[in-house]
Amino acid sequence: MSKLIKKVELNDLLKDDQSLMIGGFLNCGTPKELISIIHAEDLKNLTLIANDTGILGDDMSSLIVEKRVKKVITSHIGTNSETGKQMNNQEIEVELVPQGTLVERIRAKGAGLGGVLTPTGVNTVVEKGKKKMQLKDKEYLLEEALGADIALIKAWKSDTNGNLIFRYSARNFNPIMAMAADLVIVEAEEIVEKGELDPNQVMTPGVFVDYILEKG
Amino acid sequence: MSDRKERIAKRVAQEMSDGDLVNLGIGLPTMVANYIPEEINVILHSENGFVGLGGTPESGEEDRDIKNAGGQPVTYNKDAAFFDSAMSFAIIRGGHLDATVLGALQVDAEGNLANWMIPGKLVPGMGGAMDLTVGAKEVIIATTHTTKNGEAKILKKCNLPLTAAKEVDLIITELAVIEVAESGLILKEVAEESDLDEVMRKTEASLKVADDLKRF
Repeated sequence: MSKLIKKVELNDLLKDDQSLMIGGFLNCGTPKELISIIHAEDLKNLTLIANDTGILGDDMSSLIVEKRVKKVITSHIGTNSETGKQMNNQEIEVELVPQGTLVERIRAKGAGLGGVLTPTGVNTVVEKGKKKMQLKDKEYLLEEALGADIALIKAWKSDTNGNLIFRYSARNFNPIMAMAADLVIVEAEEIVEKGELDPNQVMTPGVFVDYILEKG
Repeated sequence: MSDRKERIAKRVAQEMSDGDLVNLGIGLPTMVANYIPEEINVILHSENGFVGLGGTPESGEEDRDIKNAGGQPVTYNKDAAFFDSAMSFAIIRGGHLDATVLGALQVDAEGNLANWMIPGKLVPGMGGAMDLTVGAKEVIIATTHTTKNGEAKILKKCNLPLTAAKEVDLIITELAVIEVAESGLILKEVAEESDLDEVMRKTEASLKVADDLKRF
């Protein structure tokens, strides 16, 4: 079965009320084409899981501006004032998670772990409602694994099998999120035939990838 | 104002040692990179996913995939390595960072730090600050001694939500260098342009003056 998929075929996969992980870090390594489909499909009530909610005016931020997101789980909203505004108006629920905890919760899901124990957030508001454990002489918070219905991933190169290579700091959350969603959709700058990528250089094995957005 | 910030950045840079792996926070801490002595090699960590962070690129030479943790275009040095966010925070939390330099809204006598939110006013999120504060071997706070309105930032006890508890090691302001010890704060250095009286007056926490008090 080919993993290549046309834009129009994604209409059946992306739906209202889904939870979406979207790779990228402040508009670097963000899957812009895939985000444009969310707008084209007029999707609503989404749960967004992402490092940040973009920089006001960029592709990620537009999901908030267009009010497509009911809940966001993220580490930082400071560069998109619209998120804070909607939060204050109780139009959006915001769960702020330390960045290292966020990525590790996602990694845990992809790796089949129930969660992780982290010292980050101990004795701060982050520990509220969480189990605290002492191991040896240090305290940790139990942070639960975090998955999603869909992951939207931006890669530099993909082969038709979904083996991925990322470029510079556009990697960020992308390879981790590619492990943690029920359905993983990739947007790549360049798509090559199977066997054309050096397997030593592959960063995300194609086994995690369900679909690759066709060019054009 | 910029004079004060430059003085702080300059003094922080003197804390760096050859071979150190250091993360500089956004804003004032980023300026520290400009003052690291040429004879030592300090490797800078960028939490969005690389080590070997370089300076700002020439106009027109920016690469959209090479950004710092503030989303600004940067360059990378010959010792650079790029990785994903899970690796980035493994470096941070795992104790592999020799130091982190962060700003502060408040810092207190116990080494508690508040720098990520003002309830009801400013809620940008913690980003990577909680992980950095918990994970780095040395936590250096680079901050103006008082707020814009002249209120003390170095307090007996922080009253804003904490970034981390009891993790700060050193506080460097335009007026003073203060060490956080088990017994409380120790005033190690006073700026040439200032004096003991000014430092004491502008600090809410009590300061023990070091026997070998120096000027900087």
